[in-house]
Amino acid sequence: MSFEPKIVAFLCNWCSYRGADLAGTARMKSAPNVRPIRVMCSGRVEPVFVLKAFEAGADGVLVLGCHPGDCHYSEGNYKTIRRIALLKNLLSQLGIEDERLRLEWVSASEGGRFVSITYEMTEQVRKLGPFPRRNGGSNG
Amino acid sequence: MEDKARIGVYICHCGSNIAGTVDTKEVAEFAQGLPSVVIAKDYMYMCSDPGQNMIKEDIKQLGLNRVVVASCSPTLHEHTFRQACQDAGLNPYLFEMANIREHCSWVTEDRDAATEKAKALVSAAVRRVFYQEPLEVREVPVNPSTLVVGGGIAGIQAALEIANAGHKVYLVERAPSIGGHMAQFDKTFPTLDCASCIFTPLLSAVGQHPNIELMTYSEVEELSGYIGNFKAKIRKRARYVDEDKCNGCGTCIEKCPWKAASEFDEGLTQRRAIYTPFAQAVPNVPVIDTEHCAYFLKGTCRACEKFCEAKAINFEQEDETVEVEVGAVIVATGYDSFDPSVISHYGYGRYDNVVTALQFERMCNASGPTQGKILLKDGSEPKSVAIIHCVGSRDKNYHKYCSRVCCMYSLKYSHLIREKVEDAEIYQFYIDMRCFGKGYEEFYERLSEEGVIFIRGKVGEVTNRALTEEEQGKLVVVAEDSLMSAIIRVPVDMVILSTALEARADAEAVARLFNISRSADGFFLERHPKLAPVATTTEGIFVVGCCQGPKDIPDTVAQASAAAARVLAVISKGKVEIEAAIAAIDEELCSGCKICNLLCPYSAISFDEEKEVSRVNEALCKGCGVCVAACPSGAITGKHFTTEQIMAEIEGVLV
Repeated sequence: MSFEPKIVAFLCNWCSYRGADLAGTARMKSAPNVRPIRVMCSGRVEPVFVLKAFEAGADGVLVLGCHPGDCHYSEGNYKTIRRIALLKNLLSQLGIEDERLRLEWVSASEGGRFVSITYEMTEQVRKLGPFPRRNGGSNG
Repeated sequence: MEDKARIGVYICHCGSNIAGTVDTKEVAEFAQGLPSVVIAKDYMYMCSDPGQNMIKEDIKQLGLNRVVVASCSPTLHEHTFRQACQDAGLNPYLFEMANIREHCSWVTEDRDAATEKAKALVSAAVRRVFYQEPLEVREVPVNPSTLVVGGGIAGIQAALEIANAGHKVYLVERAPSIGGHMAQFDKTFPTLDCASCIFTPLLSAVGQHPNIELMTYSEVEELSGYIGNFKAKIRKRARYVDEDKCNGCGTCIEKCPWKAASEFDEGLTQRRAIYTPFAQAVPNVPVIDTEHCAYFLKGTCRACEKFCEAKAINFEQEDETVEVEVGAVIVATGYDSFDPSVISHYGYGRYDNVVTALQFERMCNASGPTQGKILLKDGSEPKSVAIIHCVGSRDKNYHKYCSRVCCMYSLKYSHLIREKVEDAEIYQFYIDMRCFGKGYEEFYERLSEEGVIFIRGKVGEVTNRALTEEEQGKLVVVAEDSLMSAIIRVPVDMVILSTALEARADAEAVARLFNISRSADGFFLERHPKLAPVATTTEGIFVVGCCQGPKDIPDTVAQASAAAARVLAVISKGKVEIEAAIAAIDEELCSGCKICNLLCPYSAISFDEEKEVSRVNEALCKGCGVCVAACPSGAITGKHFTTEQIMAEIEGVLV
C-alpha cells in the first residue's frame, strides 16, 4: 500500500477555516490526509505546535491564514510569516526537510484554493516519505 | 482539574449529509472508547429539538460536565449547542464541536477515509474538551446610535428605518448629495414607476429627519472598537460653502463661468465648477470642485462669492475630522458601473452613438442631457437601436457573475424607446433572458408583444465598416444568432451597452477599514449566504445593497430593512456579550519584557510600571492569541485556545 501521509492543518477562524467550509459546502473534494485544527488567528500558531504535531505523528504541517492585509486582527499573519520562516530554518538545522511545513493564504472565498493546497501538500509529503522518527510515532 | 471529566459525545447524521459518507455508528463506538467519555450516541439531526433535548437530558441524568457534538461547521451551529448546554446548566465553554460535515463528509468520497477522518476529528475534540474551562461572558452596554455608510437607496432605507424607530443615525455619503445610482434612474422596472417620484420623498425625509445627522461630501477614515461601542473618524471635506448660511438659491452656480463634465449625467452634459449634482440634491448646498475652479487653479474669479447674498461662500474652509460613537455600522457603499471601453471591439469611446446603460438612462430622463428625448449625437432620432446584454458580465475575461439587473433594465429601455420613438426597430442581443423577480417574466412577455426583436447570441463586434449599401453610415452589430446557428449583421443607429455592476474600485480598502471580507468577485462577503445575509464576520457590522453583490431595488430595500432590524435588535437589547476567549497574563510568570505590548494590534496590553508586569485590557482584547504565541515566559493564556487545549487537539487529531 502506498504511503498515506498525515498532515495537520492549522486554520485561522476568519479566512482559512471558512474557505475550508466553503469547499465543503460546494462539495469539492479535498485530500482526506489533511486534519484541520482551528485557531483564531494564524498568529496564534506557536512554533511548538508544529513541533508537537511532528512528534505526535504528523508527516507534514500546514499553516493557513488570511491573505496579507486581510487579517481579521489587522496584522497577525505578518507575525506568522516571520515565525514560520524562522521555524523552517530550525527544521533544516535539525535535519528535517523544511518542505514538511508550509504556510499559505486562503481567504473565506477560496474553497478551491484550499482544496488544491491539500492535494499539493499531500503529494509533496508523500514524495518526502514518512517523517523520520527514532522512537516510532504512528508512522514509525 | 477539580472534577473528574465526564464527557458526552454526539455524532450527527445530518440526514444523509454526514451519514451518507461517514459510518456514524462506527464513529460513536470509537468515541465511546475514548478517555473520560461517559456516553457516545449518534442521531439523525442533533440540531433538532429532540437532538438538543437528548444532550440536555444526558447532562442532567448522567452528570456530564463536557459535551462534544460532531456535526457541521461551528460557524453554523456552535451557538445552538452552546445554548443547549447553557440551558442544562453547563457553562457553554465546556462544549466543543467537531466539524465532520464541511471538513469531512462533504469533501471526502471514500467512506473508509471519511470515517477515519471523522474519528480523528472527534478524538481531537474529546481530548481538547477535557482541558476546556468555564468562562464568564461579559456584557457591555450598547451605544444606541448607528453609522450608515453610503447614501444610495440602501443606506437611505436603512437610515430611515432606524431613525423612524427613534434612534440616532449618522449617514455618511462621499458625494455632495445623497441619492446614489437610484437618483440617476428615470424609470424602475418592471412597474415603470418614475424613479424620482418614489425616491425624492425619501431624500427629503432624510434631509429633514430629526434623528438623522447627514454628512455628505464626507468619508469614514477610521473605525475602531467593537459591537455596541465603535468609534468612527469621519473626514468632512471642505465644500467651500457654509451649510448653515447657504439658502440654496443657486445664483453662485449660474454665475460660475467654469465647467467640467457632469458625473451625474455620465459625462453627457457639463456642470459648473460650483455645483449641486442634481436639482433635488439633499442637502441643497453646492460644493466647489477645486480641480475645475478658477480661483483654486489660478487665484482669480470668486464670481460665486461676489454674487452670494447669503455670504455663504468661504474659500478658507478646511477639511474637518469629526469623531462619532456608535453601536453598529451599516455599510451600503454601492457599486461601480463596468467601463466598457476595455472591450474595444464594442466601440465605446470610438463611436459617438455607442452609449452605456447609465448614459441612456440619463438621456431618457426629463431633466437629463436631452430633456428626455432619445437622440443621436447629431440631434436626430434613431430609427434602430441595438441593446447588447452582459457587457462585462457572464464573461470570463471580465466578470464571471451575472449582474442580475441588466436583462430587466434592457427590457425597460426597449419600452422607453418604443414609447418615445414609436416606429424604431429594437434589437436585444442576449445570452439568456433572466427575468426572475416578481412581475419580471410578465414584463418580458409584454415587451415581446411590443415588437422587440430578441436575438440569442453574444455580440462579437460593433463596427462602422459597411459591407452593403444598407450598412452605410450605420453601426453594424455583428453577432452569432445561436438559435439560427448563423452569423448575422444588424445595422443600427444606436447601440446601448448593458454594462455590468462591479465592486467599487476601492472595495479592498473599504473592506479593510470595516474589517470585513470580500468574495472572489470583489463584493463584500456576508456572514452566511442563507442565514445571515446582511451580517459580516465582524459583529455589529452589516452590509446591504450592491456592495454585497449586484441586486435590484426591491432586494436592496429588503436587505436594508433587514439590517435595520438587526441593528434595532441590538439597540433594544441594550447590551452585548463580549467574547470571553481573550488573553490573560499571569503576573507571577510575567518577566516584564514588553514583547507583547508591541505585538498587540489593538494596544490592549499595557505595562504596569510599578509592578513591572504587562496587563491585558479586557475591553480591548479581541482574543487573536498573537501575544500568547510570542510570550517567552509562557505567562499569557489564550482563554479557550490554551496551549494545553491545542496540544491535546494535535494529539487527538493524529490518533
